[in-house]
Amino acid sequence: MSISVGVDVGGTFTDFFLIDSKSSTFRTAKVPTTVDDRSRGFLAGLEALDARPEAIDWLIHGTTAGTNAVLERKGARCGLITTQGFRDVLEIGRRTRPNAYGLSGTFEPLIERDLRLEVAERIDAKGNVITALDEEGVRATASRLLEMGAEAVVVMFLHSYINEQHEARAAEILREMWPNEHVVASHEVMREMREFERTSTAAIHASIGPVVSRYISDVAAQLKQRGFKKELLVMQANGGMMASSLVSRHAVHTVMSGPAAGVLAAAAIARHASIDNLVTGDMGGTSFDVAIIANGEPIISAEKDLAYSVPIRIPMIDIHTVGAGGGSIARLDKAGMIRVGPESAASFPGPIGFGRGGTEPTITDANFLLGRLNPHAITGSSKDAPLDRIASILEERIGRLLGFDGYEAAAAILEVANAELAGAIRLVLIEKGHDPRDFALMPFGGAGPLHAVAIARELNIPRVLVPRYPGLNSALGCVLADVRHDFVQTVNEVLSNVDPATIEGILHAQEQAGRDLLAQEKVSVTRVEIMHEFDLLFRGQSHALRVAMPGSSFDPEALHETFVAKYKARYDLSLPEMRPMLVNVRTSITGVRERIDLQIFKPQPGTIEDAVTGSRDVYFDGMWLRTPTYVREKLPEGAVIEGPAIVEQPDSTLVLNPGSTAHVDNIGNILVYV
Amino acid sequence: MSEAALRQEKPSGPVNVDPVTLTVVEKGLQQVCTEMDLVHEKTSFSPIISEAYDRANGIYHRQDGRMIAQGELGLPIFLGQLAVTTNAVIKLRDDLEDGDIVIVNDPYLGGSHLMDVRMVRPFFYKGRLWAYLSNVGHWRDTGGVVPGGFTTKSTEIHQEGLRIPPVKLVKKGAIENDILQFILANIRVPSDSLGDVKAQIAALGAGARRLTALLDRYGEEIVDSAIAELELRSERLMRSHIETIPDGTYGGVAFVDSDGVVNEPLEIRASVEVSGSDIHVDFEGSSQPCEGPMNTVWATTLSAVYIALKHIFPDVPMNAGCFRPIMVREPHGTFLYAEYPRPTAGSAAEVSQRIIEAILLALAPAIPDKIFAAPAGTSGNLSLGGIDPDTGEPYVMYNFSGGGYGGWWAGDGISNGCATIGISKSQPVEVLELRHPVLFEHYSLREGSAGPGKYRGGLGVSYRMKMLRGTGTASFLMDHGRQGPPGTLGGQAGAPNKIVISRGGKIEVPEHLSKGEGYVLRPGDWIDVNTPGGGGYGDPNERDPARLERDRRNGY
Repeated sequence: MSISVGVDVGGTFTDFFLIDSKSSTFRTAKVPTTVDDRSRGFLAGLEALDARPEAIDWLIHGTTAGTNAVLERKGARCGLITTQGFRDVLEIGRRTRPNAYGLSGTFEPLIERDLRLEVAERIDAKGNVITALDEEGVRATASRLLEMGAEAVVVMFLHSYINEQHEARAAEILREMWPNEHVVASHEVMREMREFERTSTAAIHASIGPVVSRYISDVAAQLKQRGFKKELLVMQANGGMMASSLVSRHAVHTVMSGPAAGVLAAAAIARHASIDNLVTGDMGGTSFDVAIIANGEPIISAEKDLAYSVPIRIPMIDIHTVGAGGGSIARLDKAGMIRVGPESAASFPGPIGFGRGGTEPTITDANFLLGRLNPHAITGSSKDAPLDRIASILEERIGRLLGFDGYEAAAAILEVANAELAGAIRLVLIEKGHDPRDFALMPFGGAGPLHAVAIARELNIPRVLVPRYPGLNSALGCVLADVRHDFVQTVNEVLSNVDPATIEGILHAQEQAGRDLLAQEKVSVTRVEIMHEFDLLFRGQSHALRVAMPGSSFDPEALHETFVAKYKARYDLSLPEMRPMLVNVRTSITGVRERIDLQIFKPQPGTIEDAVTGSRDVYFDGMWLRTPTYVREKLPEGAVIEGPAIVEQPDSTLVLNPGSTAHVDNIGNILVYV
Repeated sequence: MSEAALRQEKPSGPVNVDPVTLTVVEKGLQQVCTEMDLVHEKTSFSPIISEAYDRANGIYHRQDGRMIAQGELGLPIFLGQLAVTTNAVIKLRDDLEDGDIVIVNDPYLGGSHLMDVRMVRPFFYKGRLWAYLSNVGHWRDTGGVVPGGFTTKSTEIHQEGLRIPPVKLVKKGAIENDILQFILANIRVPSDSLGDVKAQIAALGAGARRLTALLDRYGEEIVDSAIAELELRSERLMRSHIETIPDGTYGGVAFVDSDGVVNEPLEIRASVEVSGSDIHVDFEGSSQPCEGPMNTVWATTLSAVYIALKHIFPDVPMNAGCFRPIMVREPHGTFLYAEYPRPTAGSAAEVSQRIIEAILLALAPAIPDKIFAAPAGTSGNLSLGGIDPDTGEPYVMYNFSGGGYGGWWAGDGISNGCATIGISKSQPVEVLELRHPVLFEHYSLREGSAGPGKYRGGLGVSYRMKMLRGTGTASFLMDHGRQGPPGTLGGQAGAPNKIVISRGGKIEVPEHLSKGEGYVLRPGDWIDVNTPGGGGYGDPNERDPARLERDRRNGY
């Protein structure tokens, strides 16, 4: 093994990270995303990276193409074949509205009603066939959908999580009639109870499948033409990767894979720094993504909603998004309260400071005005940030009513923004039962390190760990990922009544299915790891708690004890009168790749003086302080910087508030004691 | 609270809180409530709380119980109720100590129906009463004639279930087992309710821990002053919104199908007077107190008015100031001001929504660019109780279904939206069939139910629930069976609610159309439920042809 390349195609930029483990070198690149034809940007980036395709051993791709296709309803034209009487599951949802208050708003189902058709069949909640499958009906319905131009077809029958026969047979008929990979039965995507959530997940899969697989096979073909010999790999939302040959069958797993890769990189870096508990804050232009790494591992959840009434029930790295990024607009509401976001100036026109015609004051503008961002170094622009203009707009829009000048207004905006970002982190930590004082904060994304020290102080988080390349974390995560597949099966039995042999049978079948996929992928792994998890609740409840258990045998008593202890820890609640129920059984199978040694990021020798670039006035706590500036690339190992200080690099800026102390570690991370 | 405690209070000093701290404290208080809501929801056993989020948690003022903050994840119907409940507890219990929790479900003390069980915990900081933490959860059952409590035939409160006055359930941190056992002995499925008691107590505990941390961080004086300031800000924001409504007196009328006992419509007459930044609401001329359980207690009537305004102006942060510009005259002598022993089982779920409807209809001509046509406005509650012969265990099933929302100023209404007083989800068919001996033959959009308009209403839903084994007793409490939800500004009404029952092959329509109880179902019997579509907004002739074509293609 020698050359690995990670690629993250984001909305604005496509990021590249190349690691050559033989020569212990690495290279990075950032090119604009070519939205009309993303493969063009991809290949341009490889050239910018000066990487010869034939020399690349591992090429791993993370993308938001699938997510955006769903959010913008620009996915493939899908059809649905479903149980008679249930064509509207996807549209009636769970009886909700977009916002708690206000009765306006709209919802477009992922599959339009005229493309949702029914056939006679019915299975009951115990898995008994009540009405046999009308196979002729399946054929007729399928023909009609294909005539209507369906590019993908979902088969979803009630209770298929317990008995998949009808779905499997219908899918088989479809595949005979229409042999391609864009037929999916809901139980193939997830064997879990709840028809709306299962249909939605299958519909997401079907609507992005053709889009993602077309794109990936396109890229793969062009790479092959240019001499790439290995199989292209694709990131998944669970933080693992898969072979591109599996993409069409597992398309739903590519959703949110870019952000997941970023969290994965954070976990690897934290492990290297001997930090077990980490909370990540990925701040870009429009959003702030928070994730938790507890005991070295990212938390995985299967309870997310991609958008209003679009649930997705695949295991994903648990990322919570709030609408606050560098481009978030600050304003005063009618009651005179400072509000930041969720409206954003986005990347175009962007903040005032970028000089692309932006007129709304943003968080980024406040950072320019207070000296935190270098007004002479704007990515993709040769012009300086118009500080006077920012000051006058801030004074006019925010300051005047509060009796502030533009600078005070900017400081107030940053305080409100930091409180909001800290609040987002606090809520995520506390919901999971964690105390912020046990955690370190890792900021990434271009804007994360600007705010990290202030946020950590707000939360009583003692340390901030800034990775060497905050703006390229997702691309780095792609390089570090292992191969991973997840399986789930609903059981729904009182734990004490469960037959251990039945559960062990399910665990074994799930493991075997995973091993089969690994074999098909032909990816060289050093070892295979199996993890079993169990969703439990007390009989009568709705919300399950997930418990991991070691080994492949099933011990109901040990599981009971672990569950009760975890419940007490989470909710400070004991319920000895209640009977635990086993809801779902889960298996994750990971093909572990040879580890990349992060020592390649070891800083160049030198002195801290070499890294000093000058100084400028920066506003902290009501005062302007003359603050030294450093260039990140030249900071040597062991360097210690006392705040106030600013550390700059092309993809990000770190603000060290007065009173904080930063240490450069042996792989170029900066560990800040706040 | 004792007189002595009150006198020890420092006057809430006019400390000047800077705008940044103000926002931070505002969010901090909101997070305390959100955390209480989450703990409550995640640990409850009643599916009405855990699946349907029928609960609320908040922080209330030590002087009079007015709202300091309430969780955004809580059910809207509790907007006014928890404040009134807390106020009642303050007045009735002057013997509360640190670590006590009072339980109460008396509807006349700030509640709605008996199933809404409230708990009030005095919160002490540094040995001094600082605020009250209160919450409410909809229990699966509180005894009474109908499993689940949604009776439609009761004529006095005592038929509806166990009525709990404000008593100490927890004394100095320890549960009073005598009280607990007394309650559990009087309700169905007591084991689940024990879990719900513990969940509700745990939520208050989580709130106390977080509120203590917030006070430790910012200090009492700052937080106190911030709370006072936030009230003023919310009031100012609400007033600035009200000022955009042209002055005038606007009338809206809504009808409840019947009270469940006497088969005649009840009338809600709302008169909304806007002058400057004040709103006065008067229900004079509404029907008198009724025999059946559609009487509505004051706290619920008040909540309904607040919800209507909050739906129109959703951005006003929730605290007492938000509602200060809205004055509602106590509607003595009408069914909207229920007094002991009037039955109230249908007030929270149905009548409250008719009140909201009357106010939306009243204000439509004044603010056409902020208003929605009438939503389905019924909780669509169907309950079924019995013993499953397969397990020998009793069950109480609830199925709440949604209906169409009204068309609005820039779009069609949502289909299968939830009750306007709720944010609750319905349960999946797969879950209902797994836990109860029933089979759904269809569960779909109700075609043709949308009220036509420039922007049409959303669609109602239609389902048929068939009994599979054993016998079960069904009851249902819905509304809009006589007339569909009205359109506005030239839009037309959505389809009315329709229920059909088949027993032993004989088809029947309930006498009260949308309300009934005691229907015994045997295997093969079924109930068809068709919920209302939303009213249309604006003249249907002005509808965009592309939207019409899409409606036709999709068979809406």
